[in-house]
Amino acid sequence: MSLKLEHVNYIYGSDTKLAVHALKDICLEIPDGQFIGLIGHTGSGKSTLVQHLNGLLEPTEGKIFYDGRDIWEKSFSKKELRSNVGLVFQYPEHQLFEVDVFSDVCYGPKNLGLPKEEVEARARQALRLVGLSEEYDKQSPFELSGGQKRRVAIAGVLAMRPKILVLDEPTAGLDPKGRDEILGQIAHLKRETGISVVLVSHSMEDVANYVERIVVMNRGSVLFDDVPREVFGHVKELEEVGLAAPQVTYILHQLVECGFAVDRQATTIAEARDTILNALKTG
Amino acid sequence: MIRDITLGQYYQTESVLHRMDCRVKLVATLAFIISLFIVDSWWGYVLAALFLVLCIRLSKVPFKFMVKGMKSIVFLMLFAVVFNLFLTPGTPVVSFWKLRITDAGIRMALQMAIRLTMLIIGSSLMTLTTTPNHLTDGMESLLNPLKKIKVPVHEVAMMMSIALRFIPILLEETDKIMKAQIARGADFDSGNLLQKAKAMVPLLVPLFIAAFRRANDLAMAMEARCYRGGEGRTKMKPLIYRKSDYAAYGVLALYLVLMIVVGRILPI
Repeated sequence: MSLKLEHVNYIYGSDTKLAVHALKDICLEIPDGQFIGLIGHTGSGKSTLVQHLNGLLEPTEGKIFYDGRDIWEKSFSKKELRSNVGLVFQYPEHQLFEVDVFSDVCYGPKNLGLPKEEVEARARQALRLVGLSEEYDKQSPFELSGGQKRRVAIAGVLAMRPKILVLDEPTAGLDPKGRDEILGQIAHLKRETGISVVLVSHSMEDVANYVERIVVMNRGSVLFDDVPREVFGHVKELEEVGLAAPQVTYILHQLVECGFAVDRQATTIAEARDTILNALKTG
Repeated sequence: MIRDITLGQYYQTESVLHRMDCRVKLVATLAFIISLFIVDSWWGYVLAALFLVLCIRLSKVPFKFMVKGMKSIVFLMLFAVVFNLFLTPGTPVVSFWKLRITDAGIRMALQMAIRLTMLIIGSSLMTLTTTPNHLTDGMESLLNPLKKIKVPVHEVAMMMSIALRFIPILLEETDKIMKAQIARGADFDSGNLLQKAKAMVPLLVPLFIAAFRRANDLAMAMEARCYRGGEGRTKMKPLIYRKSDYAAYGVLALYLVLMIVVGRILPI
């Protein structure tokens, strides 16, 4: 059930003077069950790219295949694609509209034309996955806190049971606690359901602890596409495109310069701790 | 689809009309529209058309752009033309069933079509060459005398400019919410009228909430910057007439005199 992009180009307003080449020759594959971080500076084309993944935008050039089939073929049902590739937009809580939490989460599966019991079972499960218990069911979504609203909105997409979940900056505008909660919840969800997750962010710190692969975008092109430790090795290039490696990478790099035999490629705090302790013991 | 409406839009370019004081443009547009409805002579319409063509050439706005804006009001035009055609009393030219087309009807319908077309092109020429901010500035300045009789001129102008400023913001917001709901399997295009109206709920509720949130934020930001209405408020770019603006008033006066003369000596 992989999603594959082949030489995708996208130009905004192609027939006007103000044409913007937002995506340039993107080739990407999202296989089953992978946790991917999509990183880039503001305006690097991340949001444009994710809107291609579920067929909201049609590439100006290039092809997108889901499960081997071209998604822009006439016979390909967009609705089916969108139930398989769930997209959570930035500030998803702005799309809530129902009178209570439970009905709002039911909206997605209801649109798929499922029977009522199935719709409710899916909504129930989705709310459980994002950590909202039944006591919230009958509350108005507008009375919840920011982080809770966002979880309801994510549940609204999860209830469609996507095979690939794409989240566009799910932590934007949340406080550190809310951010850790959401990211932790997503990681938990990934473990429990085994779906592919694409996490869009401009913060390396956010994704470093969770993802197994990082795609770095710059000015509409893919700059790096590799495992985190390899990507973070290119500290200079990352800084040139307005990004930064996680703090631990900087500390380890400086320790190496000071003559410590630490592993520069550790990406998480836990790994860094181990390699520093190791270096101290052996040194 | 919503973005295709060019009526009332601003077209960015550099021209004599773009540089002209917004008050001149407002007065000229108003005078032009009144002249269209007062004059009752074919030569008068020719003169008005010539004046309009001259202004369009001066504005450097592509004619294609203006015609695009016309499409949205074709229905209104047809409505006016058809009613004038059939409901004007006079000597019948063609008649069938209960409908009669009279000679006066044909003339009225033709006149109506000409007047409406020029009215719309004329007024869209003004909005195409004037930014919304200038437009409300000019309006405020022209209506200033009304303050003497307690008309809240500044407040009305401020409301207008805020309303105009919100149009693109809300369009963008609509686009975003629509996409988000489509991603959740919403379908805005198919179904009968009732189903379509129902499908709008998930779009309209968040849109209203967004509009209120924006309005609230704006009110807060204005208060934080000590906005207290027009009393004693100065402008960063005050409106000052230049020589060319007086010249423009002169051209306008000449046009009006010509219109009146033509209307007198060459009636229909």
